Amino acid sequence: MTIAEFPVPYRIARRRYETHDTVTLTLEPAGQAIAEHRAGQFTMLSAFGVGEVPISISGRPGRTALAHTIRSAGAVTRALCSAAQGTLVGVRGPYGTDWGIPASASASASAGAPASASASASASAPASASVPASASAPAGTGEDLLLVAGGIGLAPLRPALLAALDQRRGYRRVIMLIGARSPAELVFAAEFSDWRDRGAEVEIIVDHGGERWPGHVGVVTQLIGRARLDPARTTALVCGPEVMMRITARALLGAGMTADRIRISLERNMQCGTAECGHCQLGPLLVCRDGPVVSYQRAEPLLAAREL
Amino acid sequence: MTGVAPAELAGHAFLRGLTAQQAARLAEVATAIAVPAGHRFFHEGGQATRFWLIRTGQVALDLQVPGRPRLIVETLGPGDELGLSWLSESMQWQLGAAAQVPTTAFELDGPAVRGLCERDCELGWELARRMLTVASGRLQAARIRLVDLYSSPVQGPGSPR
Repeated sequence: MTIAEFPVPYRIARRRYETHDTVTLTLEPAGQAIAEHRAGQFTMLSAFGVGEVPISISGRPGRTALAHTIRSAGAVTRALCSAAQGTLVGVRGPYGTDWGIPASASASASAGAPASASASASASAPASASVPASASAPAGTGEDLLLVAGGIGLAPLRPALLAALDQRRGYRRVIMLIGARSPAELVFAAEFSDWRDRGAEVEIIVDHGGERWPGHVGVVTQLIGRARLDPARTTALVCGPEVMMRITARALLGAGMTADRIRISLERNMQCGTAECGHCQLGPLLVCRDGPVVSYQRAEPLLAAREL
Repeated sequence: MTGVAPAELAGHAFLRGLTAQQAARLAEVATAIAVPAGHRFFHEGGQATRFWLIRTGQVALDLQVPGRPRLIVETLGPGDELGLSWLSESMQWQLGAAAQVPTTAFELDGPAVRGLCERDCELGWELARRMLTVASGRLQAARIRLVDLYSSPVQGPGSPR
């Protein structure tokens, strides 16, 4: 299997509504499969006759079936979200850099079993295969892994979380902090208890909780101070709206972490996925090739610039 | 309620870094409390004469709106400071606060702490600086929520596909 440069047909095997406007599609190859993906990568998904869109892979690495969690936000994502089971879609990729959380050997060996999936309705998609975001891969080192998700930003983080939980003993702590607009807009809510059972510390905070919400109310950064982080032993993976990632990265720096231990997933207007068209350029980066996952050390000056 | 050891008080995130002498002064006007779920720390409009440093549990800041269930504006947890109004000119609570689960905290006597700050400018400056950091963080969080980060993207030129 290689990186697919042209759309390869996949069939929608399952659909699962995450929220009123977000659906997780599980895709199975209708013929040849694309290359195995790594946690954090994305594909270019085609709704035939409508268009193509970059979508993060939200399923566990090491599986032939692909999970994409898609928010209906435009013509293509609307078509994908409403596509019926059995519909053929096109898949190119996988593209881009990854979170640096390797899949466990057992997960990779079980290729073929479908994972649930998800894809974010990101406005961009990356290019060729991938380069780890940073040299520090915490798996197996007994370090702490912190994942911070905002809204549908949980979809690209889910493969990293699942990969880490597959190797739970390789980490001291696995902490998942999730921010959302309301309880009804939490994606993968049905999985939270399973993640906790498998050893993740899962904390959820919403902007507006409503009368019956017993959990946290506020902004996801407010959970960071309560997480009792060990900054020198923690690697943070952050995904969500860009403003959320900025304030989260600042909060992590404020908690004593260094920028090289923070990775974020950038979202730009990815079109070709192969670093040729330039639509996703961010300063010196072509996000489809050099991202989406980059270290905050590299991203910080770019995110702070008013114009590039 | 029980007395508070200065070292224990100084171990709270809000007070970390105070000198032993400063912590000892504050410990004299602090009490360790444990309250059940549903305990109300204060009501909106009430006189703000105390503040709390949460050790365990969760506290909801709320607002009563006629004809609607109480609105939870924000929740606070371990390591957080509860109550800003004790330091304001009006000394009147702007919101209500109630424990959502069994909660433990250090409770501090507001007027007594104000008195300590007036007599010891260094302690006063330390506490004022920390309270400002808390207030600034909550203001920032409120502003971020105003932006409605997670809402559906606006449609238009260059909008999501």
